[in-house]
Amino acid sequence: MSKVELNKETGPREVFCGLTSIVWLHRRMPDAFFLVVGSRTCAHLIQSAAGVMIFAEPRFGTAILEEKDLAGLADAHEELDRVVNDLISRRPEIKTLFLVGSCPSEVIKLDLATVSEKLNKRFLGQVRFVNYSGSGIETTFTQGEDGALKALVPLMESTDDEKLLLVGTLANNVEDRFKKIFNHIGITNVESFPPRQSTELPKIGKNTKVLLTQPYLSDTVRDLKHRGCEIIYAPFPLGVEGSSKWFLAGADAFKINELKVHEVIAPLANRARQALEKHTEILRGKKLFLLPESQLEISLARFLHNECGMELIEVGTPYLNKDLMDEELNLLPDDTKIVEGQHVEKQLDRVRATSPDLVVCGMGLANPLEAEGISTKWSIEMVFSPIHGIDQAADLAGLFSRPLKRNQILTSKTLATH
Amino acid sequence: MELTLWTYEGPPHVGAMRVASSMKDIHYVLHAPQGDTYADLLFTMIERRGQRPPVTYTTFQARDLGGDTAELVKRNITEAVERFKPKTLLVGESCTAELIQDQPGALAKGMGFDIPIVNLELPAYSKKENWGASETFYQIIRTLLKDKVNEIDKINPQRWKSLGRRPKVNILGPTLLGFRCRDDVIEIQRILSEQGIDTNVVAPLGSSPEDIERLIDADINVCLYHEIAEISCEWLKRNCGMEYTTTIPIGIKNTINFIHEVHEKLDLPLTNKGELENKSKLPWYSKSVDSNYLTGKRVFIFGDGTHAIAAAKIAKDELGFEVVGLGTYSREMARQVRAAAKDLNIEALITNSYLEVEDAMKKASPELVLGTQMERHSAKRLGIPCSVISTPMHVQDVPARYSPQMGWEGANVIFDDWVHPLMMGLEEHLIDMFKHDFEFVDGHQSHLGHTATNAPDNKETKQAQSNMNIQEKSILWTESGKAELTKVPFFVRGKVKSNTEKYALSKGLPEINDETLYDAKAFFG
Repeated sequence: MSKVELNKETGPREVFCGLTSIVWLHRRMPDAFFLVVGSRTCAHLIQSAAGVMIFAEPRFGTAILEEKDLAGLADAHEELDRVVNDLISRRPEIKTLFLVGSCPSEVIKLDLATVSEKLNKRFLGQVRFVNYSGSGIETTFTQGEDGALKALVPLMESTDDEKLLLVGTLANNVEDRFKKIFNHIGITNVESFPPRQSTELPKIGKNTKVLLTQPYLSDTVRDLKHRGCEIIYAPFPLGVEGSSKWFLAGADAFKINELKVHEVIAPLANRARQALEKHTEILRGKKLFLLPESQLEISLARFLHNECGMELIEVGTPYLNKDLMDEELNLLPDDTKIVEGQHVEKQLDRVRATSPDLVVCGMGLANPLEAEGISTKWSIEMVFSPIHGIDQAADLAGLFSRPLKRNQILTSKTLATH
Repeated sequence: MELTLWTYEGPPHVGAMRVASSMKDIHYVLHAPQGDTYADLLFTMIERRGQRPPVTYTTFQARDLGGDTAELVKRNITEAVERFKPKTLLVGESCTAELIQDQPGALAKGMGFDIPIVNLELPAYSKKENWGASETFYQIIRTLLKDKVNEIDKINPQRWKSLGRRPKVNILGPTLLGFRCRDDVIEIQRILSEQGIDTNVVAPLGSSPEDIERLIDADINVCLYHEIAEISCEWLKRNCGMEYTTTIPIGIKNTINFIHEVHEKLDLPLTNKGELENKSKLPWYSKSVDSNYLTGKRVFIFGDGTHAIAAAKIAKDELGFEVVGLGTYSREMARQVRAAAKDLNIEALITNSYLEVEDAMKKASPELVLGTQMERHSAKRLGIPCSVISTPMHVQDVPARYSPQMGWEGANVIFDDWVHPLMMGLEEHLIDMFKHDFEFVDGHQSHLGHTATNAPDNKETKQAQSNMNIQEKSILWTESGKAELTKVPFFVRGKVKSNTEKYALSKGLPEINDETLYDAKAFFG
């Protein structure tokens, strides 16, 4: 058991809500549509978080609740029917439609499960409806993905075939790479969840061994377990160390000799460590403060400390699932200060008091901290960039060394920011 | 329920944040769940601000709902007042908090603070961002001035004469996240000061509660953005007789009209009338021979009310364009936009749906689109050059350089911004001459056309074009017809194509060849 220092904090937060994960989920499954049932705020949120990056017509939208919808729930169900009809006639290529609950729809207790059921009957054979909540009173940022995946689990058919199931959204190139490496190790039946097409859900059962690629999938894992899947506990595949242990854990579940795994990954690891060097030169000894946002903070802290030599001041996380994170916590230095939850003002006071060299934070805080002379890295970049795996370790480190390098370049000349 | 893919305006509490963040010594406690903090990044990312908005979110969670969320509100209010020591406190709620009915404003008023508290009731399910900003500004003014205006006499706009000082005005309406507001204010202050007129207060942008209290020291108000300041100007007129200007100084003619209006209201004689014509380069640039190609260019305009109306006037009267579409998402300004459209013999498009706007744009087949960030996307898909003239906007519409829309310099900026996405006169002829050369890339834009269709977007343009082809497969184009069509400049090709097809259908022709194209051209003129 790790001796890290676990703290809890409550107060005003500065994090995205679970709706935001639609932004990467809709890219992953191009045949799916995400319909948020919410307010103008929800529509504005997704647009602001994603809008400027997307040029095509988005595969997500909002059914905006109006005053008359709040008056009577029966009306709201009919209204939703109408909106869904409009949408499907506009986008006939949609195969799966996620009805996504939001704060207002949760508070007025709009029953999206019943709506989905009815719609499923009506559109049988054409569109499949699933529902989950991305509401900010229940979920933060990446937890939305957990909700979406959990909603898909009941739709996965059963099988007794032995397979390795990688769970969590990855960049396509990273996913291909992982499958290839597992093939070299000797595991050939490797599938991914979520799949690239929402209709091609992998089959699962008692011989399915689940290896998580993302740490924020607690509910999905619980449901996969109920379906008989075996969960492989491992550190997450970030950095050389995390990825190597992750591959080893996967191979071990298939009773593959450790030497065989080392044989495959050692050359990759050597190459990656070399590539890491130019970043560790910049990162070594620098003080790092991670504010809570993506739930990748603990894995990132482990990588940046163990492999890049950074000093950890504080590791914030919006939510801590000790079962899933135990392997990671064990790899952290004993005195690491972990803070679950947030009181953003007090946390910023601590940032200022400890003058870190780099702060990992959400987009709302980045420029204000930069203006105070503190270098930052956006959390959101971790969920949009291919950062997983041994081959990506240097790229991952690069995300953190770049702001520091930029700082050196600019301050060594004549640019003062105030 | 309304189905939205993209939306032009945020919820009303975002409007309130725009006002709060524009001001000093003010703090806004917003009863809202954690996800609503996204709004901060509008200011820190799109506007690249170095400060967080002065907003404390109560961040209630599902587990708080069973307990006492009112206590949570009180705790956050107390903490915010202690930490930020504001001179005025705004208290309100977002859409979710509205449903749980904690009434945070009323709670705050009962907590015994010795600072003014503005209770913001912004109905999230029926109102939107600009309304929220306007209402917030009005409530701040009302709260801070209510007692004072009862004590003073009606303000005479000419009182500066008897007081023995220069005339002074307030500039009302500019906010953060408004389109080029920061630079507009500088430009208007400069123009007024050249005329011997002082600025008393600019608000909300850069003002403090003390500044709001001295609004009544000015002789008149300048209402710079109707969406934000009209209600406040009306209140000041009703309660203390303060006159306000209604001309928006965008474009040469309206800048001159604006100066005249200010002088009339203040009874200040305009001494240097003739000079006004020469303050901007727009009139000469527009008359210069290279601008000949601008004659009758078809332009489609959509944006907030203020900017859309101004754009239509400039397009027609100052650049010689033909306005083929005019619309707004600002329902509050629908009447004015309809009137402006009527003057142009077109029908105004009043809608919240960017898809409806895109359809209208497609039908109008303009050569230039002046719109918001949404129209920029749509125009890209259709392969039409576009310039952004209104919110909602992209980070690139908040430029580092000085680039107002109002006044003399604003007119210069507008000439450049609108004309550069198009081809220059000489350039157009050269492209026509060289378009059969192998180096020539179809869809070429001006080298200055950074906001128009450039290489990275070609895929979407082609996609849109191929979609168009699929839809219109029913009419047969012969090889000679197709070849002739490709010789038509790409930006009018869509229009020529649909006109020719319309012509062919009306004449009952089985197919379209090169001659049909010329026949249609002659027919439509």
